[in-house]
Amino acid sequence: MLKIDCPWCGPRGENEFTYGGEAGTVRPIPATAIDDAIWARYLYIRRNEKGAHRELWCHSGGCKQWFVMLRDTVTHAIAAIEKIGSP
Amino acid sequence: MSGSRLSSGGLIDRSTPVSFQWLGRTLDGYRGDTLASALLANGVGIVGRSFKLHRPRGIYGSGTEEPNAIIDLSWGERHDPSARATLVDLLPGMQARGVNAWPSVEHDLFGLLDRAHRFLPAGFYYKTFIAPRWHTYESTVRRLAGIGRAREIADPLAYETRHAHCDILIIGGGPAGLAAARAAAAGGLKIILADERTHWGGSLLWHDGEIEDRPAHEWIAATVTALEAAGTVQLMPRTTAFGYYDHNSVGLIERRATAPDGWAEERLWHVHAKRVILATGAIERPLVFPDNDRPGVMSAAAVLHYIRQYAVLPGRNAVIVTNNDSAYETAVALHSAGAAVTVADLRDSMGGAAKRAADHGIKVMTGTAVLGVSGSRGVKGVALGPPDATSLQQATLKLDADLIAISGGWSPAVHLFSQSGGKLRYDAACAAFVPIAPREAQHLGGAVTGSGDLTSALDGGHRAGIEAAAALGRSVATTAPHTTSAPAETPIGAHWRIPIPEARQWVDFQNDVTVNDIALAARENYASVEHLKRYTTLGMAHDQGKTSNINGLALLAEFTGRPIESTGTTTFRPPYVPVSIGALVGLKHGPLYSPKRILPLHATHASLGASFCDYGGWMRPACYPKTGESIADAVAREALAARNQAGLFDGSSLGKIEIFGPDAAAFLNLIYYNEVANLRPGHLRYCLLLQETGIVYDDGVVARLASDRYLLSPSSSHTTGVLSILELWHQTEYPQLRVWFHDVTNAWATFAVSGPRSRDIVERLSTDIDVSDAALPHMTLARGMIEGVPGRIARVSFTGERSYEISVSTGYAAALWQRLRDIGARYGITPFGVETLSTLRAEKGYILIGVDSDGMTLPGDLGMKGPETKKVVDFIGRRSLFTPEARRPDRRQLIGLRASSVLPVGAHAFERQGNDARSTGWVTTSVMSPTVGRPIALAMIESGRERVGQKIEIFDQGRIMEATVVAPCFYDPAGERLRG
Repeated sequence: MLKIDCPWCGPRGENEFTYGGEAGTVRPIPATAIDDAIWARYLYIRRNEKGAHRELWCHSGGCKQWFVMLRDTVTHAIAAIEKIGSP
Repeated sequence: MSGSRLSSGGLIDRSTPVSFQWLGRTLDGYRGDTLASALLANGVGIVGRSFKLHRPRGIYGSGTEEPNAIIDLSWGERHDPSARATLVDLLPGMQARGVNAWPSVEHDLFGLLDRAHRFLPAGFYYKTFIAPRWHTYESTVRRLAGIGRAREIADPLAYETRHAHCDILIIGGGPAGLAAARAAAAGGLKIILADERTHWGGSLLWHDGEIEDRPAHEWIAATVTALEAAGTVQLMPRTTAFGYYDHNSVGLIERRATAPDGWAEERLWHVHAKRVILATGAIERPLVFPDNDRPGVMSAAAVLHYIRQYAVLPGRNAVIVTNNDSAYETAVALHSAGAAVTVADLRDSMGGAAKRAADHGIKVMTGTAVLGVSGSRGVKGVALGPPDATSLQQATLKLDADLIAISGGWSPAVHLFSQSGGKLRYDAACAAFVPIAPREAQHLGGAVTGSGDLTSALDGGHRAGIEAAAALGRSVATTAPHTTSAPAETPIGAHWRIPIPEARQWVDFQNDVTVNDIALAARENYASVEHLKRYTTLGMAHDQGKTSNINGLALLAEFTGRPIESTGTTTFRPPYVPVSIGALVGLKHGPLYSPKRILPLHATHASLGASFCDYGGWMRPACYPKTGESIADAVAREALAARNQAGLFDGSSLGKIEIFGPDAAAFLNLIYYNEVANLRPGHLRYCLLLQETGIVYDDGVVARLASDRYLLSPSSSHTTGVLSILELWHQTEYPQLRVWFHDVTNAWATFAVSGPRSRDIVERLSTDIDVSDAALPHMTLARGMIEGVPGRIARVSFTGERSYEISVSTGYAAALWQRLRDIGARYGITPFGVETLSTLRAEKGYILIGVDSDGMTLPGDLGMKGPETKKVVDFIGRRSLFTPEARRPDRRQLIGLRASSVLPVGAHAFERQGNDARSTGWVTTSVMSPTVGRPIALAMIESGRERVGQKIEIFDQGRIMEATVVAPCFYDPAGERLRG
């Protein structure tokens, strides 16, 4: 079980958290100006990197705040945790 | 085999005899015995049969490495179909028998399979059971396969799960683990020390040794007493660490035969440790030679263990075969216990240990191996000869023997280390894989590092304890416990097989994997260890390769012409030992498997005779059947009451999320499919919430309470999900908007009064809310005092009838419910449940998300295309409604079906294409309508709206029915009854 240091609540077990996928996906707007291929890429295509990975997590069993975590997908070592919008 | 009990010695309690049954015969042991030691003491030789060839198997080891003694064990209500005799503490009344044999392990008719062994090499079933097809053989093979039979009754044992946090978790209570605990405890840290055995001391339970100038067992007792007295050390005997997971979380299984301080016989521990010390020791490997699987061939360390801890002499006429110094202590112990002993040492020269054994009068033969073993049901004799012999004819000496004690060297128990991501290296000096680079916050000490002697175990453990304490900021000044025990003088002579081509030499005892099977696999190009394992089943038995792994890898390396280090090991995965499913489940079974939410008035509904069902995690009344009334009749009665008089429905589980802040309107408009910013305060709107893919996620009513305040009512089972979506979008996409959310579902009880007489009832409540149609028309809401407490009344309907949803604080739920029933009595008010509501909504064509819709449904498919074309802000999922897929003209659309019988839900509509047929959609809801008096159904059908008026064919499990496509509303399509 990962030990995750919630930026608001402190260290907690992984089972209090929800994984939210890759961080940094930018929502293309306005919708009317976006072609189908760009929209499809936004919806479905992820980098799926091996190694250092920026990802979203939510302390869903606690403060319900989303944050960004830098995790190594091979070793599961957590290098950094950032509040949203404050790197 | 002729095991017997020695007249003195051992850690057994001779004053407490323990009777047990083996194959129906009553045998005696002592308290302190394991089942294995008691069986050996009674001279039992054959305890099991091998998995594939049903060859007789005797006890080989004395711990978790045991590959042979798989026992069906019953005592009291308890039953374990595959216990290992070496791990079972003997209790009175235990009934044990071997498995995988018929009629018994002593006389097993399937033993004939062994004669066919030439036809059953590695992978034989991939090659044999092909024609005509595998299924021809499957049932026979399955009957022959399998070890042990589970009982088909509920497990009577109690289990529980615990979490623990500590500074240092020490795994292994042998010399290294105890030295580590002693050092770390001096730093005042919170420590957990776990060992799989009942007694502390690990290998010191059977090895000679002096520590701190006294016998090892005295040092162990003093150390354990000091650790207990420290008050910061939790000592956990009978506890095996079975899995090492991320970030130093370790799974332990604690077996408590007598459950001394509680009721749970087994406990699963999730330990979260800042540092972990692995002092897991090493496991002795067998030597590989012809017929090395005979009952009576035992691990030399296990023989020593049985003599010293249990005072059991496994044989009187022993041959020791070894390639390292460790077996000489066994030789001396056997000799001292009165057995005749010959040592065959595979190495060429006499080392110090060999010379000392010879000084005791033990015959030591160097450069000698076993070329053959006689005695199919137990060792009778051995043929000795040169280790490089290529034929049995090269035997130089034949000896009578009833015990062969073997040692092929020691494999560090690196399982947990590897599970934690640590890297291994092959060390030729000890002929084993040793740990090099830990990944977690971890330290190692003792035999797990590849050092076999007591001095390095104590030093290594001590150092690990100091380092772990230092890593946590505590400096410890104690010195390592000193010992005079000498390290091994002569290095191990790695030896992997006897090169006699036709001989059968076992590598995996339980699964019958021989040297020739590995050679065959290598010839057939199963050159990777992972492929070798799966093709031959090497290491896949109960012991999970603890005895066979390294020998198998070394042989694969030889047969593929590679060095061992480049062959590598298979991946070590949890669990290290078998863990009972019950322990993993813990308390999460029965009613606690998935705890249900109940309504505030659950007891009231029960007293009204409600039939409860689970709806999305809520236990809610399905309907309220009267005595002798069927569910269908109750639903029909309740539905007609709601249509003709008045019904009363407990909607308290319906989600209630309050949203407030100056930007509430702007935010919600970016979230919901429907326009909600122009909703006037006091008004309601039915809205859809989409996923970014455009798929409908939820439907619900959005109420505007004030210009800066909304109330959402998501479906009961989606409330948490909707709140998560609001949080996600607010925090990540629109953080600049000033808006807050609060789930108030549990704070409010909500009752719906529905039906033509509903207004008559509601206006008789004591309230300052004007419920006239002018003041409170359909889809509006008002706040005020209701029966003396603050509340809300909303005109919103899920039945298609005029309805009033009345909400008050949960604490007043019972009073309001009773008041509504009292007032409503004269209007025939009838409580109705979820099944009735589901029938009423189906008559109106109101959908249930997840029932009528699925993971492909867009709002247009449900006939709600308005906002898609009119709303201009970029609400969630908007762009996805304009893709080619979303605009396909043949998408499935919601329609109604009329048929002569109730259509099965899930039945497919189809169209014929020549002799073939193609599904065009399916039935999603289907009921017998009490109101219109005939079957009605909702369905999602391709281009459904264009088909209104057409007849279509419906297929279900071989049956073909006919239905007519109609608009998805069977009752009051103009909605006149809603508005009144």
